[in-house]
Amino acid sequence: MSLFSHRAHTSVKPSSSLSAASSNWQREADKALITKPRRAAIPPWLINLGSLILMGLLVLLSLSIGVADFSWSGIFHSLLNHSANSDSSLLLVSRIPRTLAIILTGVAMAVAGMIIQVVLKNRFVEPSMVGATQSAALGLLVVSLLFPASALIIKMGVATFSAVIGMMVFMALIHRIPPTDFLMIPLIGIVFGGIIEAVTTFIAYQTETLQMLSVWQFGDFSGVLAGRYELLWLTGGLCVLAYIIADKLTIVGLGDNIALNLGISKRQVTWLGVGMVAMMSAVVVVTVGMIPFIGLVVPNIVSRLMGDKLRRSLPAVALLGASAVLLCDIIGRSIHYPFEVPVATVFGVVGTVLFLWLLLRAPAEQ
Amino acid sequence: MFSSSTPSAAQKSDTDKGHGASTTWQKHLAQFWAFIVDHPKSVASIILVIAMTLFLTLNVNGYWDFALPLRGKKLLALMVVGYAIGVSTLLFQTLTHNPILTPSLLGFDSLYVLLQSVLVFFLGAISFTIIDPIAKFMLEIFLMFGASMLLFQLLFSKTSQDLTRLILVGVIFGVLFRSLSALIARLINPDDFVVVQSASYAQFNTVNPQLLGISVIICVITGLFVWRWRYQCDVLMLGKAQATNLGINYQRLAFGLLTVIAVLVATATALVGPVTFFGLLVCALTNRLARNMYHSERLILVSLVAMICLVLGQTIFEQILGMAGVLSVVIELAGGLVFLLLIFMTKHR
Repeated sequence: MSLFSHRAHTSVKPSSSLSAASSNWQREADKALITKPRRAAIPPWLINLGSLILMGLLVLLSLSIGVADFSWSGIFHSLLNHSANSDSSLLLVSRIPRTLAIILTGVAMAVAGMIIQVVLKNRFVEPSMVGATQSAALGLLVVSLLFPASALIIKMGVATFSAVIGMMVFMALIHRIPPTDFLMIPLIGIVFGGIIEAVTTFIAYQTETLQMLSVWQFGDFSGVLAGRYELLWLTGGLCVLAYIIADKLTIVGLGDNIALNLGISKRQVTWLGVGMVAMMSAVVVVTVGMIPFIGLVVPNIVSRLMGDKLRRSLPAVALLGASAVLLCDIIGRSIHYPFEVPVATVFGVVGTVLFLWLLLRAPAEQ
Repeated sequence: MFSSSTPSAAQKSDTDKGHGASTTWQKHLAQFWAFIVDHPKSVASIILVIAMTLFLTLNVNGYWDFALPLRGKKLLALMVVGYAIGVSTLLFQTLTHNPILTPSLLGFDSLYVLLQSVLVFFLGAISFTIIDPIAKFMLEIFLMFGASMLLFQLLFSKTSQDLTRLILVGVIFGVLFRSLSALIARLINPDDFVVVQSASYAQFNTVNPQLLGISVIICVITGLFVWRWRYQCDVLMLGKAQATNLGINYQRLAFGLLTVIAVLVATATALVGPVTFFGLLVCALTNRLARNMYHSERLILVSLVAMICLVLGQTIFEQILGMAGVLSVVIELAGGLVFLLLIFMTKHR
């Protein structure tokens, strides 16, 4: 919380703190040009350095917590003797893959949330509130039932494809909702996701595959070992792509007219963004399962600290997303030691509280 | 009860529509249709009786002494749940002056599940299961009432002017309660986990028979109160200021209604578990079928419609299609679609 306290001292109206409607977004962007010195309070590099250090500490903590006996001195011994012992193999097979999977998932979900927020020009959406993750799970279930022997990459392709379709249906649904009604879009998104989930549950119930489904619907890192998470590196590549097209995404977020004036094809960038979000959601659902609210909370916090210019804020979004999931996974592993609480459960509590705080602070509709 | 056809209404529609009908059977059909539209309560009662008969008798195969008491209990439970969800939602919509709100949409029944988990957490599953069910239920209802009062205060003092935000905050509260229950469920030992887990999913095919007696008593008592308040509720529909001007003690009525809603939500959730959209579905159906907005009509109709949905739905899924556990999923699906429809309809009016 101490990170946010500087806002209290600035003389900015609270209504400008959260750019939710597209008009607000635009105003915020204008303001960023005029009142640039205000942001000098915490320079971005300092925030990024701080979150990098935080993440480093969390990584060390994440590597050393676990049920199996593990000591860092054992690692040093094996390094000195150039021989593998139980500590180093534990580290290589279980601990490091798990930590990497957590970081990649956190980065992917946070970045995907930021992209979908920019593309839809709405601060209160994330992949699971536009039907992306639920559609991915539905597609995955259907392909697993129809073609159980198909390769993982084909299943993932189907999941991505169905996530894109789900998001297209959602965008067609909200097409006529005025942008000023910015809270209606997440509400419709939640119900829409619930409907897709009900269809999925129905199919799974009828085919007695509820257990298989619950693995995808419930984010959990306890099954991550070397060889079971490598697909997540794909999201790392997508995040790099997001960073490359960050400026285009920012311009699309500023509004249709500005994008037109600056020669950016809004349609093209929007579809690129939707495709990336769909792919990231699909990969995360396939490998670890849904983790809601990360893509919602993290981008909101970062955007308060450093504005909406993606080239500047995306690294911070990625770092903070990774730290958030790491922290929740550590909590989940230590709160009821030696048993494990899934990270989705922990983040369900933490994320909803943060989201409620954001919601109750947001300005009223005009 | 079913033959209470007022001849005047039938004759009136006869003279209205008989003009266009050329043959006698068309005339009869029009007459029949007019009768159905004019008497939604009677028609609903007939359908309900048919559904009940089907539910009790379909596929019994001779073991009547065994099947009838078992199915009778289940039937009674389904009807109690239908009544509780339908009436509580209707009253909630009257209280909040809004046709797209339901207590469960704002997280009231996830709140009940959370209370349940908290009780298991503090008491342990063993003392939780050997404690007298009636005493336990009373305690739960008491806690539920207090907690829903707090939730109601919180939701309606801060966000009442902004409906979208109210619903969104309520939905997120529901998610929070569910996540907290899940977290508690993970923190307790596996035996206790089963107790909590069974409470957090709606199950229409396995209802809790222990609570049936007390649930029926609760339904009768709340029914009497609500029936006494039916005209006051009609006045309340005009709005808080109007109702106060017309001599309604708003504070007292609102308190009473909220008490009834909390008790009914607790009853329904205790019997079958949380359902999000069922209340919305039956209230939307009722508002469509009812001839007027008087509570004397709609309260009865909503109970009948909810009971029909549950009893007929359960009969179809369990006996005809052979899929026992699907009803809650189908209801959620249909209810979600109705919710989206209502939102888009109010948007484009």
